[in-house]
Amino acid sequence: MLLFIVFAPLVTALLVLLGAPARLTSLLGAGATLLATLVAFVSYNVARGGYQFVTAWPISANAGLSFSLGADGLSLVMLLLAALVLLCAIWFTPAIEKSERLFYACLFFVAAGAIGAFASLDLFFFYAFHELALIPTFLLIGIWGTGNRFGAAWKVTIYLALGSFVLLIGLLLLYRSVPVDARSFDLRALQAAANAGAISASAQKQIFLLLLIGFGVLISLFPFHSWAPEAYASAPAPAAMLHAGVLKKFGLYGLLRIALPMLPLGARHWSSLLLVLLLGNIIYVGLVTIAQKRLDWMLGYSSVMHMGYILLGVASANLIGVNGAAVLMFAHGISIALLFAIAGEIRRRTGTLALSELGGFGKMMPFAGFTFGVATFAAIGLPGFANFAGEIMIFFGAFRVGAAWNGFHIFQIATVLALWGVVMSAVYMLRAYRAIFMGAPNEQWTMLPDLAKTLRAPVILLIAATVIVGFWPEGLLRVLRPTFSSGVGQSRASHSEAATTDAR
Amino acid sequence: MTSSLPWLALFLPLASALIILIATRPMATLSAAISVAAVLCSFVCACVVFVRHISSAPAISWIDLGPTFQVPLGLTLDPLSRSMLFMVTGVGALIHIYSLGYMRDDAGKSRYFAGLSLFMFAVLGIVLANNFVMMFIFWELVGISSWLLIGHWFERPAAADAAKKAFITNRIGDFGFMLGILMVWWATGSLGFGGIAANMNRLTSHPVYLTITALLVFCGAVGKSAQFPLHVWLPDAMEGPTPVSALIHAATMVAAGVYMLVRVGFLIGPSANALTTIAWIGTITAVLAALMATQQDDIKRILAYSTLSQLGYMVMAVGLASGNAAMFHLFTHAAFKALLFLGAGSIIFMLHHEQDIWKMGGLAKRLPLTCLTFLIGTLALIGFPGTSGFFSKDAILALAFTRNLPIFICGSFTALLTAFYMTRLVVLVFFGSPRSQEAARSGESPAVMVVPLVLLAIPALLGGYAIFARHLLVLPNEKSPIVIVPAVAFGALFLGVVSAFLLYRKRTTEPLRIGLFRDRFYLDQLYAFLIRWTQGLLASLSSFIDRWILDGAIVRGLSGGTWGSGFLLRLLQVGNLQAYGFLFGLGIIGLIYFTVFR
Repeated sequence: MLLFIVFAPLVTALLVLLGAPARLTSLLGAGATLLATLVAFVSYNVARGGYQFVTAWPISANAGLSFSLGADGLSLVMLLLAALVLLCAIWFTPAIEKSERLFYACLFFVAAGAIGAFASLDLFFFYAFHELALIPTFLLIGIWGTGNRFGAAWKVTIYLALGSFVLLIGLLLLYRSVPVDARSFDLRALQAAANAGAISASAQKQIFLLLLIGFGVLISLFPFHSWAPEAYASAPAPAAMLHAGVLKKFGLYGLLRIALPMLPLGARHWSSLLLVLLLGNIIYVGLVTIAQKRLDWMLGYSSVMHMGYILLGVASANLIGVNGAAVLMFAHGISIALLFAIAGEIRRRTGTLALSELGGFGKMMPFAGFTFGVATFAAIGLPGFANFAGEIMIFFGAFRVGAAWNGFHIFQIATVLALWGVVMSAVYMLRAYRAIFMGAPNEQWTMLPDLAKTLRAPVILLIAATVIVGFWPEGLLRVLRPTFSSGVGQSRASHSEAATTDAR
Repeated sequence: MTSSLPWLALFLPLASALIILIATRPMATLSAAISVAAVLCSFVCACVVFVRHISSAPAISWIDLGPTFQVPLGLTLDPLSRSMLFMVTGVGALIHIYSLGYMRDDAGKSRYFAGLSLFMFAVLGIVLANNFVMMFIFWELVGISSWLLIGHWFERPAAADAAKKAFITNRIGDFGFMLGILMVWWATGSLGFGGIAANMNRLTSHPVYLTITALLVFCGAVGKSAQFPLHVWLPDAMEGPTPVSALIHAATMVAAGVYMLVRVGFLIGPSANALTTIAWIGTITAVLAALMATQQDDIKRILAYSTLSQLGYMVMAVGLASGNAAMFHLFTHAAFKALLFLGAGSIIFMLHHEQDIWKMGGLAKRLPLTCLTFLIGTLALIGFPGTSGFFSKDAILALAFTRNLPIFICGSFTALLTAFYMTRLVVLVFFGSPRSQEAARSGESPAVMVVPLVLLAIPALLGGYAIFARHLLVLPNEKSPIVIVPAVAFGALFLGVVSAFLLYRKRTTEPLRIGLFRDRFYLDQLYAFLIRWTQGLLASLSSFIDRWILDGAIVRGLSGGTWGSGFLLRLLQVGNLQAYGFLFGLGIIGLIYFTVFR
């Protein structure tokens, strides 16, 4: 099952490159991937929990290296997100003038990198799959981008490559921190060794910092975020959807999968640093977002800002916060994909996304206006959409970390500041909506066509996904619960309890 | 008695909104019919719930993460929520019907009715919620539906700005509200109102924590019920269609804050400091808003400021620890203020959207039924003895008289101002001679609009008598200790009416121009100034740092400086992807080799 999910995008990419009809093959390939992912998601045995659909091909027994795939609740949620956004991004691809085949193939490679990483049970392939996505990202921005596309392409590639380099050092140190006879790239074996206390406290601190920076660059953690807005502003809409929606979640996934459960002492040691940095994402980048005058930059910054909330859930490291982080990862992927999709359609019509030049589009493009409105409210965490369910869990989770209930602690202060971010996101998102869709139409744009009928299905699909999860978060929590109660939750619950007793 | 009927009452409007959105958008008349049918069915359900005293409904789990965090979706069904359910669906149904006339030819009719239905869903959710998170969910949904309806005519810049302002101002209140919810939960480990009430001893043993918590929860009400200092959105919200102003910004949404305070009275009650603060916020709002109302020229804005002022009375009552008095005034106010707004809407509709009272005049002859019902509403609002408003306002003033004399004085002064500005309004609109062509030519509104006026006039007139009101509410037992309270109130009323009558009789322009009141104490300007110099400045500053220092200097400096002499710069200059990829790959392989195999 997982083998199919991982290789379907790769095979589709090859078929497209080899000359199969590009758009049709792509849609079929992406559709098949989504279908298979849905089947896996539904057939996951919740009562049994743990990794399922496991397949493994040993490569080097003495190094503990094997190509092994497996999925638990967290992986499945991410896989579902990846497959869903992939299909919608493919569907949303407009007619491409230069090298259409390569464009589709690149999208599939980006998605395959993310999907492979989410499904890998092996540290090496976890890393390698992500690397697979870097070069196609470069091509997508460099060839089909807009604006300063070469600069942006170089910047994002070098930035991400450096980030993954730091990450690689961290991962290799992690591998070496385990006694020689227990060394393995297998995530389950590593976790077992970590649970048995094989990783010393000092090694944990050292490695966690490296992983935090490495993953942090990929997540666009403050102050390593400045690649993101520029890249998303320059990238073609389908690429921005995939990258901001899916690939960026790789770093968060890594923190939840590796850094947090395997290095609990490291996580605890650096939690204040992480809090300060994530508040940089929320407050500082939030302010930067308010100052933006172009929609694409604003959306890019807003996606950087929202990483702060997910990281707050990660940092809280308790059951509530971590579940919330996973739900918000899914939710944010959907909402940012929707926003970039519709922003891309607007840019295709007007050639500009400067807020001052747009206006009154609600009248001419009612469907775009309605769906962008839905995405706006989803993004700012209105109830009824998945983002709200995730954010509220994160806030509750973060608020109860640490001190006894009547004494304030850094986590409580961070939660208060993060909550203020919710007001800031309402400010910039509603201002953008007001500037683009409301008000009197600019006479320049009186005859713009609405979204083509054929492009409406993916938009509705994404909205349906966020609404379903928003009304029924249990749909995701059902599979997430077994993951976190046995993994991150357990090892970290003891941490927060320990901290509570400390404070008393 | 257990029944799923309350759930039906709650979800029918949502179903209507969804059907309109998905299926019947192009067919505006059908959409309107669906929306009206849904609210009528809700009303019938509410009546059954009310008459049969249904006291519980099935609950489901929304988020369940074990014992530490559970969010159920369940309903509170006690006399208070049953009465609110009845009132909200009843007033809502009348306003839906009225809208059939008012919005008859509107291009966005389907969208309008979908918005109304969504709003009904949201506000019924607040009424029925049995825990804080569920209340917060519907609280925010009220915010979005209000944004939709205020911004209904979104091509008008004023409406678009007003919608945004309302939403963001409410969000600021919600920030405090959410924080309050977190603190309550942290202390009691519970989100349900029942569970919190049972664990209140944990909070009452920490008075400072309790006071902060109670005031933070109150922040939510400050936003939603438009209390000072977050009142600025409500007058601007008058840019929405008039029935919306009647429904949302008079009878229901703004009442939600007061209702919430009464619902969580067990939390606020034990903190004397919080109660005092709340009472004074209410008092300040009541006085300030009444002062501003005396100088407005737009008929809807006068009513909007009057709403602020009356909400101030309700919050004052909450602060004086009488939820019953607050609810009593909330109910009578819902009837007479909806009546006044719909009456104003009837005038505006027949005068082709003229809202300036200086361009009206002599309308008593042109719109006799509207005039009659509007007069009834006015009498109730100013608390004329015998009308509903008299009883409820008297209850609050009596309360203030026994508990806090300064507040009583402010409350009586507000009563004077209320009588003054309403008399000004009535004299200028209905009497004298027409001051514009529209006013001279207008006729009476269609029946579909007049019938709701007549139906609302009945409770506005009679709703205060105990024989009617006690079926709906627990009446405050605060009887006027002596005749002094009604005497002062009547004196204030008399003074207000007579002075306004003498001042504005036969005027064609404003004789008093008080800039301070006209320009709302310059608060809007002050806020704009503050926003520009705090948020605006910080945002520009951060943006500058991000663009030129963080990105410009550090990132480029790092890649160009530290590594500059090294291989990276040369790679950049080579600009050769293969070379770069190749070297990078080689480095990685080397690294892996050395860590793994050595």
